[in-house]
Amino acid sequence: MRPILGFVRKETLHLLRDRQTLAILILLPLVQVLIFGFAVRTDVREIPIVVVDPTPDVATLELRERVAASERFRLVAVAPSTRELDSQFQEGSVRQALVLPRDVERRLGRGDTLAVQLLTDGSDPNTGGIMQGYATAVLRRWHADATPAARGLRIEVATRMRFNPTLESAHLFVPGLVAFVLTIVSALMTAISITREKETGTMEMLLVSPIRPAAIVAGKVTPYIALGFVSVLLVLVAARAVFEVPLQGSLLLLLAESGLYIVTSLALGIVISTRAPTQRTAMLAALAGLLMPTLMLSGFIFPLESLPSPLQALSHIVPARWFLVVVRGIMLKGAGLPTLWQETLILAGMTVLLLIAGSRRLTIRLD
Amino acid sequence: MSQGLAVEARGLQRRFGDTMALDDVSFDVAPGELFGVIGPDGAGKTTLFRILVTLLLPDAGSARVLERDVVRDLWELRRRIGYMPGRFSLYPDLSVAENLGFYAALFDTTVAAARETIAPIWRQLEPFAGRRAGALSGGMKQKLALCCALVHRPEILLLDEPTTGVDAVSRREFWDLLGRLRAKGLPIVVSTPYMDEADLCDRVTLMQRGKLLVTDRPAEIGRRYPRPLLAVRGGSILGLLGILRRFPHAAAVWPFGAALHYTDARAGAAPEGVAAELRAYVASAGLGEVSVEPIAAGIEDAFMWHMAEEAA
Repeated sequence: MRPILGFVRKETLHLLRDRQTLAILILLPLVQVLIFGFAVRTDVREIPIVVVDPTPDVATLELRERVAASERFRLVAVAPSTRELDSQFQEGSVRQALVLPRDVERRLGRGDTLAVQLLTDGSDPNTGGIMQGYATAVLRRWHADATPAARGLRIEVATRMRFNPTLESAHLFVPGLVAFVLTIVSALMTAISITREKETGTMEMLLVSPIRPAAIVAGKVTPYIALGFVSVLLVLVAARAVFEVPLQGSLLLLLAESGLYIVTSLALGIVISTRAPTQRTAMLAALAGLLMPTLMLSGFIFPLESLPSPLQALSHIVPARWFLVVVRGIMLKGAGLPTLWQETLILAGMTVLLLIAGSRRLTIRLD
Repeated sequence: MSQGLAVEARGLQRRFGDTMALDDVSFDVAPGELFGVIGPDGAGKTTLFRILVTLLLPDAGSARVLERDVVRDLWELRRRIGYMPGRFSLYPDLSVAENLGFYAALFDTTVAAARETIAPIWRQLEPFAGRRAGALSGGMKQKLALCCALVHRPEILLLDEPTTGVDAVSRREFWDLLGRLRAKGLPIVVSTPYMDEADLCDRVTLMQRGKLLVTDRPAEIGRRYPRPLLAVRGGSILGLLGILRRFPHAAAVWPFGAALHYTDARAGAAPEGVAAELRAYVASAGLGEVSVEPIAAGIEDAFMWHMAEEAA
């Protein structure tokens, strides 16, 4: 036991002495939560909108007020014609335009069809679609209220989004962030710290000692497991404090699943470190081989359903994909092990395979 | 201390790609002996050490350390061997005491238990106990590395170029420490590229391109120099070098500092006679008066001679 404890002590000292890296590792979760929370929003607020209203009357005034009152929109201007629109869209000062026909009130009174044009800046298709949805909803409600009595049969569809009724993107990204941060802390840091020993030659001293490779690994990863848990808690606390992301399910289960994912990541880091001769190689391998898939192929940033099918197939071997299902399940849906056991089992299986692959490559000699 | 040989290498071979790093290497190290492996960079010293400390496998041949096979008995040997690799292998961000403590823990022991073994070295290191290893001078780093190699009280010490890149004073202090350890009966195998360190060993072997050229006591290696050897001084060294090499009986002429070491090709010739011939030859070439005197060969002379012979 003494060799392993000595190792844990030494690794902890390395971690504490390297102030810059430590600061980065602790700030990373917080900064990520803020960046993703404020900058990378997929829900849209304050859309700059122009209403083109050639003949203002009571009905159009009512519509303008509705638009102005919604926090989704910022009514930039009311214009008499569409003349300015092109240049406004191009410079980006306007992202949506509602072009009304003439004599709106009169037409409504007669029950005529109202040809309203809705222009949306589609340069970002995702937000474009969302903006369109918001504007259509406002128009519909306004039209329904403005039309005196229902003539004929009308269907009212009442929609409600479950688990995230207000469609807050924060609720979606926080689970992904947990996976992302753990991959950095666990996989990347382990890979770097093991290859550093190879690069500086200290591995030669470790190998020549009677300590077994498995003990070296155990001693090396223990501090990073602790650091991983700290990161998870930091993300959760920050997400809750700043964005009021709920935790519907059990915290204990969430931490247990995170523990499993930490070990998965550590095993990945070990596998990388057994193959990479230098810290630089290890870093690149971890970035390209782990962080990119964790971001792109896990459903964190892009919905899995929108990936082309080869990438969808590939996503099955990305551990973060399964972990994300688990974390989203626990945090947003309050799901428990009875619903999440399959994903947990897949994750556990991957971990075992990775540990075997990693330990088979651990050498007891230099060649 | 056991009575058997400390090291017993038989026909060791090791190849890296096209390079023969070790070619049929055989030697013994007696118990309690301070044994030097002398050779330039790339001679194969590090490969030899790594095989002896169980870090590399030989392609052919076998080696026993403390009467244990380096391939089969690696776990037992790793507990009993003290090894100091050629590259500085301590953690620069840990303090002197922390480094030592870590290596003690690695071998499942404590610094306190090794107090007596490491006392002479620790006395010099203690003032710097709290300093980070990265901030030590080259000489102190090597002492700390030696201390770490000793902390589990090994029964044999293998040091790969411990004094390379260390200043002259620290080198002498380091060899002083080795002498003290040897006095306690600890067998030590040490490699060095510095010929002058050979005289500090009980026995040395000269190594070049993976082969051992000669293995003997340092004084004996000089004495066994097979030809008359003379030191030639005076005039321009370069001019002298050119002329001497053209002398019909010259076997080898090498510059040694301010002098030239001249080896005659005639094995049985009397040194005094050769000296007279040389003086006359140089004078006839118009270089004026030079001093020529017979000298006893040193390790470096022997090394050059054996190297040239090996190449021929």
